[in-house]
Amino acid sequence: MPKGVLVDVSRCIGCRSCQTACKNYYDLPATLPATKESWNNPPELSATDWTRVSYHMIKKDGRVQWRFVKNQCMHCNEPACESACFTHAFLKTENGPVVYKPTDLNKDYCVGCRYCMIACPFNVPKFEWDKTFPYVRKCKFCFERLNQGLKPACVSACPTEAIKFGDRDNLLAEAWQRINRESRYVKHVYGEKEYGGTAWMYISDVPFEQLGFKTNVSERSIPSYSWNVLRWTPYIFVGWGAILTAMRYYTKKRSQTHDESEMYAPVDKG
Amino acid sequence: MEKQRNWTFRITIYRLIMIAFVFIAAGAALYRFRYGLGSVTNLNDHWPWGLWIGFDLLCGIALAGGGFSTALIVHVLHKEKYLPIARAALLTSLIGYVIALISLFLDIGRWYNFWRPFFYWGYHSVLFEVFWCISLYTMVQVLEFGEIFFEKVKCAPLQKILHFFMTPLLILGIILPTLHQSSLGSLYVVAVDKLNPLWWSMIIPFFFVWSAFFLGPAMVTIEGTLAAKAYGRKPELSVFQSLTKVTLWMMIIYFVVKVADLSYRGVLSTAFNGSFESNMFLIEMIVFVLAPIFMYAVPSIRTRLWGVLTASILVVAGVIFNRMNVVFTGMSKGMGGHYFPSVWEWLITIGMWSALVLIYCFIVENFPILPREEHIETGSHTSIGTGIQA
Repeated sequence: MPKGVLVDVSRCIGCRSCQTACKNYYDLPATLPATKESWNNPPELSATDWTRVSYHMIKKDGRVQWRFVKNQCMHCNEPACESACFTHAFLKTENGPVVYKPTDLNKDYCVGCRYCMIACPFNVPKFEWDKTFPYVRKCKFCFERLNQGLKPACVSACPTEAIKFGDRDNLLAEAWQRINRESRYVKHVYGEKEYGGTAWMYISDVPFEQLGFKTNVSERSIPSYSWNVLRWTPYIFVGWGAILTAMRYYTKKRSQTHDESEMYAPVDKG
Repeated sequence: MEKQRNWTFRITIYRLIMIAFVFIAAGAALYRFRYGLGSVTNLNDHWPWGLWIGFDLLCGIALAGGGFSTALIVHVLHKEKYLPIARAALLTSLIGYVIALISLFLDIGRWYNFWRPFFYWGYHSVLFEVFWCISLYTMVQVLEFGEIFFEKVKCAPLQKILHFFMTPLLILGIILPTLHQSSLGSLYVVAVDKLNPLWWSMIIPFFFVWSAFFLGPAMVTIEGTLAAKAYGRKPELSVFQSLTKVTLWMMIIYFVVKVADLSYRGVLSTAFNGSFESNMFLIEMIVFVLAPIFMYAVPSIRTRLWGVLTASILVVAGVIFNRMNVVFTGMSKGMGGHYFPSVWEWLITIGMWSALVLIYCFIVENFPILPREEHIETGSHTSIGTGIQA
């Protein structure tokens, strides 16, 4: 059963325990507080910040209110990064996590081309720019913990059950139950269908576009787009090759042959 | 054949300056290999791809399109009047690809792993196709160039083997660039919702390969004129003129398909909404597509050297402009942040293009690339006739 996480934005209090738990578990260095024009700290995901809570000041029911959204890798059902990688350095594991082989499975396939960063629709993979031989880093859905039957570190740190771990199907059902039971929720589960569905899903009482989510996106997975183009390759190779060969022999008959070795000479200018 | 000449390479002040640029670039490149990308580039998590990929790789490969379009015209369609430019086109293309491969190598973070895609097949990635085709095509071009090489450096058995394989090599030498010129566009198919819809399209591979092809004749015109000027020869004006037909019709088709694609996807109106992207798009279309179409279509412009040269410069600049729009303009909203290449990124780029010029000069001065002078005279008479009639 593929696992998933349901994030209920209306329950999050913005305590950042999940951030700290992630840093602790993976022994990631702290980032200096950089709250510039918002309360987001760290300001964005990075090679050492795999998850963070983004703060949103919004107007709801005529009052200014805060909402907090935990951001991390969405762990797509059909990940763009996996399909974009030309050495297959990413892997969508059976139980949900999308892992990066060089750091997570000790298979150093990565070339460091960063096409995954172009491909990811959520701009999640980050690069260790300051290292001589950088890795791509991102949330790995604590796949080693999952294999031991544990919850992800961030989930076990959450004090309000704003993030809930379980089987993706059950969580999706529960999400719709909550939405249908309470009218305050927006009638949408973000991640149910976005780009073919993601393991991490969100429900909220505030429209998603006000919370920094990319809305109105394709329900088709990214890999299916590129595959639609790539699958023509063998036909073009054979077909175009046949046409070219035929044309070459057909037109050869009609043209007189030149002796190329007499035609050209090195440029002579002393 | 004449008797074996010694190797020559004239040193002038310009060449010395370019050699200096090459050395600076080589130094910066070594530093980058030792201390990583962050130490020399301004690349960041918002802009994983910058000048080296956007300009050196995407534009370099596109500008080398002269190689495969000329090969198709001369060796497959046997339009022999274009033979005088065939070898020069092959040479520029070959050097362009070598430069592109070097910039790719510079740009990958874990460079000691560059060989991985040959063994770990991520065949579902567009980059996989690009990588294989570019590597193979560079090899094919080296072999094609071998035929020229052995005209100077005599080695009969090798020359014979090469000659035997020339037809399959030529055919491969057109299929492979067709595939990867288009896949360089397909790279951005994954950037749906990221790349501005004015440039994103499921048929972006078509736009890339088509523009790389029609850019070929324009590039040959510019190179030919430059080489003629540098070496005090007569430019092959007649060849340039009759090539304009190819570019003209291909550009008209390009424009029509572009408009049809935009209106089919219902985003044509966003070209006129006054945003930065839409203005850049309009400049691309009007200055770099419609203007050269007009110049190529009017005989009194097309038949003059300045006319055909100006139009060709517009075409080449237009393809560069288009690639820059795809890599930077169109992606800027989707990626956020900002990026401007660092001094070192510029210096390495300048060094690589200087190396291209230097290698070109060395090779045409030592190998039979450009037509013999007396051959042009006779050749140009016949082709002026065909050029104007057509």
